[in-house]
Amino acid sequence: MTTTSRRVAAGAAPTQEATEPVARRPLSVRTGRRLLVGLLLVTVLLPLVALLIWSVAGQWRYPDLLPQQLSLRGVGLLFDPRSDILQGLGTSAGIATAVAVLACLIGFPAGRAIGLYRFRGRRAVQFLLLSPVIVPGLAVTLGIQVFFVRYHLSDSILGVVLVQLMPTVPYAAIILGAAFANLDIDYERQARALGAGPVRVLLFVTVPLLRPAIAVAALLTFLISWSEYVLTLLIGGGQVKTLPLLLFAAIGSSDTTAAAALAVLVIAPPLLLVVAATRLLSGRSGNGVGFGRL
Amino acid sequence: MTGTAISLTGVRKMFGDTPAVRDLTTDITAGSFTALLGPSGCGKSTTLAMIGGLLDPDSGDVRFDGRSQLGVPAERRPAGLVFQKPLLFPHLNVEQNVAFGLRMRRLDRANTRDRVTSILDRVQLGAMAKRRVGELSGGQEQRVALARALVLEPQVLLLDEPFSQLDATLRAEMRCLVKDLHTESQVTTVFVTHDQAEAVEVADTIALMLDGRLEGQGDPEMFYTAPPSLIAARFFGVTNELPGTVRTGVFTAASTGLRRPATLPDGPAVLVIRPETITLTSPSGDDDTMDGVAVAARFAGTHLAVDVQLTGGPLVTAHAPVTTSVRLGAPMTVGLPRAGGVVVAADLRHAG
Repeated sequence: MTTTSRRVAAGAAPTQEATEPVARRPLSVRTGRRLLVGLLLVTVLLPLVALLIWSVAGQWRYPDLLPQQLSLRGVGLLFDPRSDILQGLGTSAGIATAVAVLACLIGFPAGRAIGLYRFRGRRAVQFLLLSPVIVPGLAVTLGIQVFFVRYHLSDSILGVVLVQLMPTVPYAAIILGAAFANLDIDYERQARALGAGPVRVLLFVTVPLLRPAIAVAALLTFLISWSEYVLTLLIGGGQVKTLPLLLFAAIGSSDTTAAAALAVLVIAPPLLLVVAATRLLSGRSGNGVGFGRL
Repeated sequence: MTGTAISLTGVRKMFGDTPAVRDLTTDITAGSFTALLGPSGCGKSTTLAMIGGLLDPDSGDVRFDGRSQLGVPAERRPAGLVFQKPLLFPHLNVEQNVAFGLRMRRLDRANTRDRVTSILDRVQLGAMAKRRVGELSGGQEQRVALARALVLEPQVLLLDEPFSQLDATLRAEMRCLVKDLHTESQVTTVFVTHDQAEAVEVADTIALMLDGRLEGQGDPEMFYTAPPSLIAARFFGVTNELPGTVRTGVFTAASTGLRRPATLPDGPAVLVIRPETITLTSPSGDDDTMDGVAVAARFAGTHLAVDVQLTGGPLVTAHAPVTTSVRLGAPMTVGLPRAGGVVVAADLRHAG
């Protein structure tokens, strides 16, 4: 409400602005804010623009600002049946989805414990949960790789999914923990008094109340998995070809156009997901519960 | 109005090392409207939670109609619960909130719709059925919460300070509504409150709880005319206490020599006198009289509160009509009807 009225008044004539006290704000602050937003947009978007241009560039030599020729060769390569890019897209999406679902399933009870209960050793558990984020995944993975090999989990999609839970579960647990800390647990008591057993309280009350936090946790873990490289390479052994692996290979080759086209393919889905999620979360009842302490 | 709907026997509950409820035994009459009254922290909400099944007593028994409810989880007890907060599910609209319990009972759609519609009309929210709960005012929210509990036609209705977050006007309105609903449905209702005025106004029985124990139980008048103990009398706002002793069935005030028959065993006792029973002007021949000096007078809206320092005795407060003129510092005589005042044991601890 207030932001829209502010925006309207800011663009209106000065006389109207005087009657609208909310809109009055020093000019310098407004310009400063616009400059800042502009700067951010430029630094974030400009590299992407370059990438987009590269992906459709035919010939692009040094002094020219734009390519002399455009070509769809790079885009065509993506859909070339001989390349394994489309298959990689499927593998990446499948692994990321599985990781997001599993991380949320594990993070949910963990977050409940952290957020709701004041038990002995709570801090220690919180720290342990964070440790995979603090300690480089590479170091840990080198250590546990032996076990993946022993249990025949290496070089398999299942193994990659499992190893990617390491950097994702902590985030899911922390996000859901914060949401649980903000959840009024009396909702669950009320639901029980209305005749809902434990399972139905969870399904019909707790999960819907935490829906925004669950969506954020799923989104974040999906994104972490989507861009994971080192762990996938180590455990997947080059057999599990996700998009980041293909991208690194493409960057190593001399075909910049092909690499750029692939990079766009890697960036686009997460970008679309974030935009969709932001719209969904802000538009619906999401702000009601749970983000105060995030 | 016969029979016992809820009976608690020897119920105890500890929170860590702190006893919340110690040895509570009480019967709640079927169809009654009982106020569970007490200061905050006296264990009244804990008791309600144990009746509703949200907490299990450490020992003792909770019975509905003679059937033990121990081990029966909240969702399977025939009790409706309304909390202090409305706790409406934000992801459901008004109608869906009210239908929640029926949905949990897998009632068919047509029946659910009929019952939801009729209960919403009953709480004057028929027009709000499709509203989102965020659009409701505090009073409306609490009425939806009430409808959500009542639509299940519970055997007992448990209300945990349901109106304490509403403003005074709204609270009075809600009390009337609850009272009307009770009169119509005759559902046994237990109402937790810390406000003795609210308890007196709304309930037909008051169970006073202090420090995890039942201090007394009876109709509201009883607590005014014959409080069961000094501490109960104090909770109901008696300000005048004349200490004395009981000997062979007669109480004698130490300061003024005032006598009253008493049924208490011999020992220290206190005569408690409600301020409105003390008269300031021309005591009639039937009254006991006490001499003193008026030391302060305060206008209290409906009456004048006058503090009188009794000769050789304590300070007492009397309520006089606002038109009374009081000369501060002048000697005066106050009157007390022969039947005025109640003798209670001086012991401030619980009798049991």
